[in-house]
Amino acid sequence: MNVWVIVAVACAGALLGIAAGYWLPPHGRVPASSRLQGGRRILLPFTGEEISRRSFEAAVRLAKAENAIIMPAFLAQVPMNLPLDIALPVQCARGMPLLEAIEQRATSLGVPVDSRVGRGRSARDALRKLIEHEHFDRIIVSADEDPRSGLSYEDLRWMLDRAPAEILILRPAPDDARRISTEAVKGHF
Amino acid sequence: MADPADQSRGRLKVFIGMAAGVGKTYRMLLEGHAEQEAGRDVVIGLLETHARAETAHVADGLPIIPRRRVRYRETALEEMDLPAILSRAPELCLIDELAHTNVPGTEHAKRHEDIEAVLAAGIDVLSTLNVQHLESLNDHITELSGIRVRETIPDAILGRADEVVLIDLTPEALLERLRAGKVYPAERIDAALNNFFKIENLSALREVALRQVAEEVGAKRLTTELVGSREESLAAAAPQAVGERLLALVEPYPGAQRLVRRAWRSAQRLGAGLDLLWVRAPGKELSEDQQRSLVALRQLASVLGARMIEEESDDLTATIVEVASRRGTTYILIGGSRPARGLARLRVPLPQRLMQRLPGVDVRIVADRAQRTNGSGMEGL
Repeated sequence: MNVWVIVAVACAGALLGIAAGYWLPPHGRVPASSRLQGGRRILLPFTGEEISRRSFEAAVRLAKAENAIIMPAFLAQVPMNLPLDIALPVQCARGMPLLEAIEQRATSLGVPVDSRVGRGRSARDALRKLIEHEHFDRIIVSADEDPRSGLSYEDLRWMLDRAPAEILILRPAPDDARRISTEAVKGHF
Repeated sequence: MADPADQSRGRLKVFIGMAAGVGKTYRMLLEGHAEQEAGRDVVIGLLETHARAETAHVADGLPIIPRRRVRYRETALEEMDLPAILSRAPELCLIDELAHTNVPGTEHAKRHEDIEAVLAAGIDVLSTLNVQHLESLNDHITELSGIRVRETIPDAILGRADEVVLIDLTPEALLERLRAGKVYPAERIDAALNNFFKIENLSALREVALRQVAEEVGAKRLTTELVGSREESLAAAAPQAVGERLLALVEPYPGAQRLVRRAWRSAQRLGAGLDLLWVRAPGKELSEDQQRSLVALRQLASVLGARMIEEESDDLTATIVEVASRRGTTYILIGGSRPARGLARLRVPLPQRLMQRLPGVDVRIVADRAQRTNGSGMEGL
């Protein structure tokens, strides 16, 4: 009798195991925490090696308040003498570490991140292509005309005119010298 | 891009210029005459003379296919007669103003689509284009000139042209032509001079046009190299490659971009090529989020210069092994997986399976830095 009980328990356990194994996706190497749910999307575009910390913090605050995803986007610029679909390793060597820095920082603050890379003849052209192909609820930019991080005033004006999203332009402030830069991930990126 | 080996397709030659009046249509007509004299059957499919006597004069002697009348909102408008061109089937057809938008109700919304149909019928085409009509330059040129052009065409159209010829003129010479009434009728000259035709606008546009054509030349050279030799020889040489080659296993979810970036950095340091592989389960539908992630992954791969490989298979390990062997992979990078449950714990983990089946290939599991608890290096942020 005891033998039958043991056999029955073993069979039930095996069946449960098989079922559990079956329900695991065959290509399931993706941590569940990394998958995103559809929600509001906040675009954080940049062109250089650093962004204003205020704009990053604003994006994080809003993302938390609205249960939104931050979408940092590196806007790569294709020189006129090259085809539009060319690889841009030199610019990527600057932009990718900053994407990594933003992603690591935001994730550690509990905000989901989904990065993008835009490519165009200018930062504006890259941004235009990005917002043509994807919907964003908000776009957050800093109004400093710093070529290391930025979009010019003309670009901001264009964005206000043309981008189908709520635009949040952060005014320059004395404490805006604090920035998030690629320095943060050097050595381990 | 049209297959260069497709002999049945017609050839497209585009005359591009910085602005109206530089002589694109004039040059197109001269080439039409030269071809006719060489014995070819040449017709004008569509000509816009803009009442320029010189242009109308040089068109003499070339047969013209009459325009057709199309009714739109109670108005009769004239359009190029595409069916008549196809029916006439000349060897060479001259079609002015590539970027033109057709009257609704015709076969295609844009003239470049009409031209595509003519080329597909095996007819060679000469056409004209102003540089501001190129989509990617439209914003830039609006900034330079203050005038937005509504009719634009995708840059790829110009990229598909077999030949692009720049019709260049100095801004001073163009202004002289304008003042002499060779570009617009007398009543429009002052308005043109006060708006678009300013020396600074024309200088900037000329620079854009020159660069654009230089870019097309460069792109064609690169494409020829890739199609003709480099890509093929790479594929052939891959199994025997002495250098390093990385293969990153990706899936369409946001975290995969992190893996790609890390793989790319490693590839840069090693001076190695990078491939990305997504093994898709057969018949699996992608959610909207996954589709977006897939597009973003492809874009990232393209910008980084990595090759995105997509395979459909039930057998993940076998597919990775096959691709790695084919591409001459020396490193495989994979993301962290969630802990196995149930009987799946008994299965040999993917990294071990790969190491067993791919001796000599390193397998690296890429960690998520953001999940580190100590010494994360984030203090500097």
